[in-house]
Amino acid sequence: MPDTAIQDGAYNYAYLDEQTKRMIRRAILKAVAVPGYQVPFGGREMPLPYGWGTGGIQVTAAIIGRDDTLKVIDQGADDTTNAVSIRRFFARVADVATTTRTGDATVIQTRHRVPETPLKEGQILVFQVPIPEPLRMLEPRETETRTLHALSEYGVMQVSLYESIARHGRIAKTYNYPVLVNGRYIMSPSPIPKFDNPKLDRSPALQLYGAGREKRIYAVPPYTPVKSLDFDDHPFEIETWSESCALCGSKESFLDEMIVDDTGKRLFLCSDTDWCQERQGEREGAPPEVPAK
Amino acid sequence: MTGRPLLSVRELTKRFGNRVACCDVGFDLWPGEVLGIVGESGSGKTTLLNCLAGRMTPDAGSVIYDSNASGLVDVHRLSEARRRLLTRTEWGFVNQDAREGLRMGVSAGANIGERLMAIGERHYGEIRQTATDWLGRVEIELDRLDDRPTDFSGGMRQRLQIARNLVSNPWLVFMDEPTGGLDVSVQARILDLLRGLVENLHLSAVLVTHDLGVARLLTHRLMVMQGGRVVEDGLTDQVLDDPQHAYTQMLVASILPA
Ligand SMILES: Nc1ncnc2c1ncn2[C@@H]1O[C@H](COP(=O)(O)OP(=O)(O)OP(=O)(O)O)[C@@H](O)[C@H]1O
Ligand SMILES: [Mg+2]
Ligand SMILES: [Zn+2]
Repeated sequence: MPDTAIQDGAYNYAYLDEQTKRMIRRAILKAVAVPGYQVPFGGREMPLPYGWGTGGIQVTAAIIGRDDTLKVIDQGADDTTNAVSIRRFFARVADVATTTRTGDATVIQTRHRVPETPLKEGQILVFQVPIPEPLRMLEPRETETRTLHALSEYGVMQVSLYESIARHGRIAKTYNYPVLVNGRYIMSPSPIPKFDNPKLDRSPALQLYGAGREKRIYAVPPYTPVKSLDFDDHPFEIETWSESCALCGSKESFLDEMIVDDTGKRLFLCSDTDWCQERQGEREGAPPEVPAK
Repeated sequence: MTGRPLLSVRELTKRFGNRVACCDVGFDLWPGEVLGIVGESGSGKTTLLNCLAGRMTPDAGSVIYDSNASGLVDVHRLSEARRRLLTRTEWGFVNQDAREGLRMGVSAGANIGERLMAIGERHYGEIRQTATDWLGRVEIELDRLDDRPTDFSGGMRQRLQIARNLVSNPWLVFMDEPTGGLDVSVQARILDLLRGLVENLHLSAVLVTHDLGVARLLTHRLMVMQGGRVVEDGLTDQVLDDPQHAYTQMLVASILPA
């Protein structure tokens, strides 16, 4: 993956200068060595405002090489403006092949979803993270959250789950559901639906999380246990749907609900567009669409 | 009082710049004993209490605690991790301002349950049941379990703070003017409650107050502080009925109505 500096027009290879990439790689190595621990890094200004995946882009830029095949998704879709522009950016500055097919990608940068297609060894999933600190809403002081992590003092996290049950009768958190990584650090999985949490557990792929604004990187190495927090008598559960996808008939994927006409008629569609298309292809017996680079 | 002291304090000194806030304080606290610290404002009571409870590092001296879990420990030489564990399992700390000792943004039940969850309790129903029991013991209506302390009166908050601390069955509780700033009638109820809890749970406590009436009601032994030094100490009744030091005589004469 590492690449020597090759000037590419106005840009260095993969946009970032080599020194910045080395620094980010060092942070990544440390993050991999201590699963779930947030490693600060000297982030760089990117050609995008915060909130548009600058943390994920910097991580991707630091790890990508010419032999990689990149997939970028935003809420499960490859074709949103944001996903398309990040994909084009790397095609241009890093000269990589791109794909929409999960199985063909070596690096997948994502916002808000984990692909439905099970990931494999050798794949890297790069998450864009808005707020890396899972305890932030409970404890605004940075020095104190650091101490809580250092001492594994996580009572306050459990307090927030208790409070949710007291108020709503169940743990109402559906996104950014906190996890315990390798039995040690509590981690924010970024705002993915809790539906995706089980996919993080012992995944064969490497998970890298980049937070641009707060300049933090954390990681979950392959096959690391990732447990969603819960109570014995209120165990963690994922969303289920009684409907199935209107396009591919899937019952096991995460479905987005759409209102399709002014009578309020509702439709359910897979949030993962690649998964949906592959299944439509299978249903019609036709080969799945070949995505354009 | 047999066996060995629960807390042994020797030559404790704390300075702020060149102001000595407490100076050369030493005493033993025995299991089941309630020690009162009285003295005028600025005499060093809070500073001393914070040094005892490991919340503030003294400039000199030692605080040895006989831990149920790990035997004799030097409070100020423990790692931060162990000290924090000790403070939320074997100790309690009741602040004068309940807002500092409570999480104002979560329900009474969550406030009481936090220590249980911090030490690994993971059964929601059982945590809730224990929290309900404790609400009853501190005389808060059980249907307030899911209400936040922001909706509670000052007296209720203080009682909730007491429950939040006692739920882990601590051995030793530090209290800094637990009834300060409350109405007299509200104070009386909390004092009654504290007296009952201390007796029933065989708690040991160090209680800071500048109300000699509170000291008379709750404490077995009394230390009188002036300018950071202990000027007199002894059994509470003796100190109050037959004060030896001129400063104590002045305190008793001026504050305790005959
Ligand atoms: N953080 C601090 N920085 C500087 N000086 C302090 C600090 N805390 C306390 N002091 C000083 O130390 C002395 C003892 O203060 P302390 O708060 O312990 O008194 P106290 O007996 O608890 O008073 P009160 O009855 O008003 O609560 C005072 O002179 C006070 O001004
Ligand atoms: Mg004070
Ligand atoms: Zn579908």
